[in-house]
Amino acid sequence: QGGGSAVIDMENMDDTSGSSFEDMGEMHQRMKEEEEEEEGEAGAADDEDGEFLGMKGLRGQLGRQVADQVWQAGKRQASKAFSLYANIDILRPYFDVEPAQVRARLLESMIPVKMVNFPQKIAGELYGPLMLVFTLVAILLHGMKTSDTIIREGTLMGTAIGTCFGYWLGVSSFIYFLAYLCNAQITMVQMLSLLGYGLFGHCITLFVTYNIHFHSLFYIFWLVVGGLSTLRMVAVLVSRTVGHTQRLILCGTLAALHMLFLLYLHFAYHKVVEGILDTLEGPNMPPFQRVARDIPVVSNALLNTTAKAAALTM
Amino acid sequence: FADLADMSISEDIAVEGEITVPVGAPSPDEDFSTLDEPVRETIMRDLKAVGKKFVHVMYPKKSSALLRDWDLWGPLVLCVSLALMLQGGSADSKEDGGPQFAEVFVIIWFGAVVITLNSKLLGGTISFFQSLCVLGYCVMPLTVAMLVCRLVLLAGSGTVSFIVRLIVVLAMFAWSTLASTAFLADSQPPNRKALVVYPIFLFYFVISWMILTFTPQ
Repeated sequence: QGGGSAVIDMENMDDTSGSSFEDMGEMHQRMKEEEEEEEGEAGAADDEDGEFLGMKGLRGQLGRQVADQVWQAGKRQASKAFSLYANIDILRPYFDVEPAQVRARLLESMIPVKMVNFPQKIAGELYGPLMLVFTLVAILLHGMKTSDTIIREGTLMGTAIGTCFGYWLGVSSFIYFLAYLCNAQITMVQMLSLLGYGLFGHCITLFVTYNIHFHSLFYIFWLVVGGLSTLRMVAVLVSRTVGHTQRLILCGTLAALHMLFLLYLHFAYHKVVEGILDTLEGPNMPPFQRVARDIPVVSNALLNTTAKAAALTM
Repeated sequence: FADLADMSISEDIAVEGEITVPVGAPSPDEDFSTLDEPVRETIMRDLKAVGKKFVHVMYPKKSSALLRDWDLWGPLVLCVSLALMLQGGSADSKEDGGPQFAEVFVIIWFGAVVITLNSKLLGGTISFFQSLCVLGYCVMPLTVAMLVCRLVLLAGSGTVSFIVRLIVVLAMFAWSTLASTAFLADSQPPNRKALVVYPIFLFYFVISWMILTFTPQ
């Protein structure tokens, strides 16, 4: 057979400097493809090439093909890099905001709209929501540090980021899916934006209640602030959905998840602070907070009576 | 085809030139070839570049030296030293020794990447690594604050030490934010500077918070 032989014995090559095994494999594969292309062209050419099956001919051919590989690899890298950059550009229109707009939208997210008869406009912007999620992460970290939460598997930071981003992305996707089922007019970016701005209420509540630890204050904030932002999201969704059942399903789910998330964030990360506060405040504590502290007293009393009963029976 | 085969040059055109290359002509390769210089020279050059950038951070004037020749050595050294100093400072020190280092590392690098992406998406003209370089170097005041906090905590951990630490950390946090803003905000369109400054503020706030709440065990 002539120069169209596709089998090149790599082991006999004396110049294998630097190439890893995988690269050689890839090169081999590419060379096969190259050979198949060249076969078509050079098949009809002179058979002299067949005589040069010695190492010289092999090296010359290999040299050319290696240069080809390098060029193609470079081209592939460049196009990969370009497509990565282009992916960032896809997000660019969602970050096209002015500071005044962001401020306005933050304030608007706490004001429920009254008109639910025609679809409310939702700005499909991702800067505000992203910054709010990061702010929530920072506030959560602050809360976790203050309460000396100890995370055994993983890091504090990982938990905070996972919780906040997981909520934002996960619940948005879930509600988007429900909206798709309930025929609501909302796109994914709008849902992300809506839920992101709804986290503003969460940020405010947690920022205040992680620093001032009163249960009743937290419940007031939960109802008022959390409620307002939930009402706004619900109103916007209602304005974009038709049909009572669908509205009920969509808005009920969103309201439940949003309020429960705030509850979870508060209670999961500040248990220890309660204990410290109880011991610090002593007899000056308002009555409703004594409930948490009575439990050890009750259990002590229980222990005493049980011990007495056990002693009596013996 | 006979004409094409005639490759001779006519006699009246003088063909001349020099075959030998003149000695000492600077070829473009020699500028980039630093393989032959002694190792000490290479290291000193890099160290001087890093040192110059540290000075630029301490006195943040609007110069382009930090931006033009970016390098990530300084940020790496700062990040590692900060993470090492923050280690072993929480309730169960045995359990949390490992994750604390990873936490700080991840926060700094992940945060810097996010801020860079954000500023690029907002229409910034700065490149990815330049931004990483600036953000990394501006962690230096906070590293100094960490050092001071550790020394203050050696003396005692009462209210006075807390106030001293609070003041120091606040001052360094403000310095960091201002320094990085001085370098980064220029590359943004003027009406959007606030949008870029806020994540930087948040980033240094998280790091300052970690420094302030550090209690050695």
